[in-house]
Amino acid sequence: FAATPAHAATNDKYPEEAFRQKSEADAIKALYGKTAEPSDKIKLDAPEIAENGGVVPISVTTTLDKVTSISFFVAENPNALAASYKIPDGTIPSVANRLKMAKTTNVVAIVEADGKLFSATKEVKVTVGGCGG
Amino acid sequence: MASALINVPARAKRGDVVEIRTLTSHIMETGFRRTAAGDLVPRDIITSFTCRYNGTEIFRADLFPAIAANPYLSFFTVARESGKFEFEWIGDNGFVSTASASITVE
Repeated sequence: FAATPAHAATNDKYPEEAFRQKSEADAIKALYGKTAEPSDKIKLDAPEIAENGGVVPISVTTTLDKVTSISFFVAENPNALAASYKIPDGTIPSVANRLKMAKTTNVVAIVEADGKLFSATKEVKVTVGGCGG
Repeated sequence: MASALINVPARAKRGDVVEIRTLTSHIMETGFRRTAAGDLVPRDIITSFTCRYNGTEIFRADLFPAIAANPYLSFFTVARESGKFEFEWIGDNGFVSTASASITVE
């Protein structure tokens, strides 16, 4: 992992520190500096079983107000942080993407709304891992 | 050069919520895999994505190795005025890719 190219650092505000954290709790803390509480106002859509851990479609929508960012974490990946989205005013707090998952584990969506952190968790069973190695 | 697929509705009513879908071609090499000889394959991923709507940033993403190859992203915004969406992907090894799409708001 030491092979991280130098110019990644010039990419301003790229949260290297948060990304290096192994566990999702540490990564959440490094990224936001606080802890999250579960919320039923976040809808995390993920498959029950992913046959191919290399492409796992994940989407999250929320009815929370004043959402400023949404992040995805995969608990047992080599690095938990998968993606972090900035949601400026006027953009609907709903994103979808495709993740890689090393093995069966929890996917955690964190929503930052009105300065507070909320989370939703779902376990995805992975048949074939997608991180190689 | 990498190619991108953009899906933005060509026209919308003012105030409508529109879905923007993007797909870029990129290997998203995680940096965790090894070759048959045991050498680590260096990381090569897209690290950030931004979308601007008539110059205003409406969406920004920081991406990490856990994003699947050929990154797909979908998000929503409100159609306010006719104009242009500009997309930009930045990644390792100097990767830069841009695309744009226009929308007519009635």
